Amino acid sequence: MTDTRVVETVDLQALLRESRVADVLDELDRDLIGLKPVKTRIREIASLLVVEKAREALGVAGAPLSLHMCFTGNPGTGKTTVAMRMAEILHRLGHVRKGHLVAVTRDDLVGQYIGHTAPKTKEVLKKAMGGVLFIDEAYYLYRPENERDYGQEAIEILMQVMENQRDDLVVILAGYKSRMDRFFESNPGMASRVAHHIDFPDYSDGELLQIAGRMVAGLGLRLSPDAARALGEYVALRRRQPNFANARSVRNALDRARLRQARRLIEAGKVDAQALTTLEAADIRASRVFGSADPDAPAKEAAC
Amino acid sequence: MRITQGTFSFLPDLTDEQVAKQVGYALSQGWAVSLEHTDDPHPRNVYWEMWGLPMFDLKDAAGLMTELRECRKVFGDRYIKVNAFDSTLGFETMRMSFIVNRPAKEPSFTLRRADGPGRNVRYELETRRG
Repeated sequence: MTDTRVVETVDLQALLRESRVADVLDELDRDLIGLKPVKTRIREIASLLVVEKAREALGVAGAPLSLHMCFTGNPGTGKTTVAMRMAEILHRLGHVRKGHLVAVTRDDLVGQYIGHTAPKTKEVLKKAMGGVLFIDEAYYLYRPENERDYGQEAIEILMQVMENQRDDLVVILAGYKSRMDRFFESNPGMASRVAHHIDFPDYSDGELLQIAGRMVAGLGLRLSPDAARALGEYVALRRRQPNFANARSVRNALDRARLRQARRLIEAGKVDAQALTTLEAADIRASRVFGSADPDAPAKEAAC
Repeated sequence: MRITQGTFSFLPDLTDEQVAKQVGYALSQGWAVSLEHTDDPHPRNVYWEMWGLPMFDLKDAAGLMTELRECRKVFGDRYIKVNAFDSTLGFETMRMSFIVNRPAKEPSFTLRRADGPGRNVRYELETRRG
C-alpha cells in the first residue's frame, strides 16, 4: 500500500475528458429540462467512476462498485429517458462493456407456469449482460396477495446475478415512489443490493411548457403566442385532474392538438406554409380539459 | 486420446478468458452462439445435445459464459462445444465451433473389421469408453 502512493499523480480532468463523459453530461443538461436532483446524482456517479478509474491506474485495487439503481417518480418524469442516457454514460466510463439498454417489465421476466420463470428471467439477463437492464414498474414483480406468484422466483434469480455479476450488468429498477418503497420493504435483500436511489421530481408548469416547446420544435411545428398561453393554462388545469403524467400528458395533448390542427387545415382548404406549421390557440383550447366545468367529466377523459 | 474437432483443437485448451474473447468476436460478427455437449465424440456423431436454446440477441460474451459455467456444473465430464451460427443469406451455417470442455479421461476409438456379403470387408470406428 505504501509503495503505491509514491510519485505518481493522476490528472482527473484529463481522464474525464478522455472518457468523453462530459459530452454526455452536457447533453443531459441540455436535453433534459429540470430534474435537478437527478442530474446532480448522475454527475456524482460519473465522478465516482472516474476516480475509481484513476485509482485503478495507480494500482490501488478497490472493491468492485455496485451501481444498481432505483429510479422512482411519477409517470412521465423521464425515468426511461434517463436510463437510456445512463447506459451510455456507464459505457463511456467503461463500467459496462457494451452500453445497450434492455427495457423489460414483469411480463418479460415472470413465466406462466412452474419452471417457466427461471429460463425466461435468465434469458433476459443474458441479453442484458454487458449493458443495462431496465425493469419498468419493478414492484409488479412482487405480488404479496398471491403467495404462489412466480415473481418471487424472478426476484431471487435477479438478486443472485446482481450480486455475483456486478461487472457484467447494471440493473435499474423503476417505478412509482410509494409502491417501490413497499417493494423494498418486502424484499430487504433487494433493497440492500440497490445502492443508488434516485427520485425524479414532478415538473413545474414552467418546465412542462419548456418541454412542450422542445416537443413542438421536434415535430417541425411552432406554437403561436396565443397557443403557448393556452398550453400554459392547459397544463395548470390538467395537473389537477386524475392520471396526470407530466411530460407524457403534454405530449398527448400536443398529439391531439395536431389532429385538430389537421382537421382545421383541411376544412380551410387553401393554406400557406405558415399555417401548416403553426398550432393555434383554438387547437389547444378545444381540449376537453378546458370544457369540463363539471367535476365528474374529467374522470372519463382521464387519458386525454 | 485427445480429440481434435473444430476450431483451435490442435492448440492447448482455451482458458475461460480466451473463450470469452472468441465468443465476443463471434457476437461482433452478428453470429448466434450456442452450447452443445456429448459423451460420444465419434467423428460421425454430429448431433450433440443442446444446452438450452441458441442464444440469439446476445450482446456480450458474459451471457454465454454464465451458461457455460452452468453446463460445466452438470456435464463437467462431457465434451462441451461452443457453436457460432451465421444466419446471413449465403452462409446460414456454423461459422465457428470449438471445444471448451473435455472429460478428464477421454475415450479412444477401436477400428473393427467386419465381413460383409461377397467377401467384402468393412471397417467400423467405435468409441471405446473407460
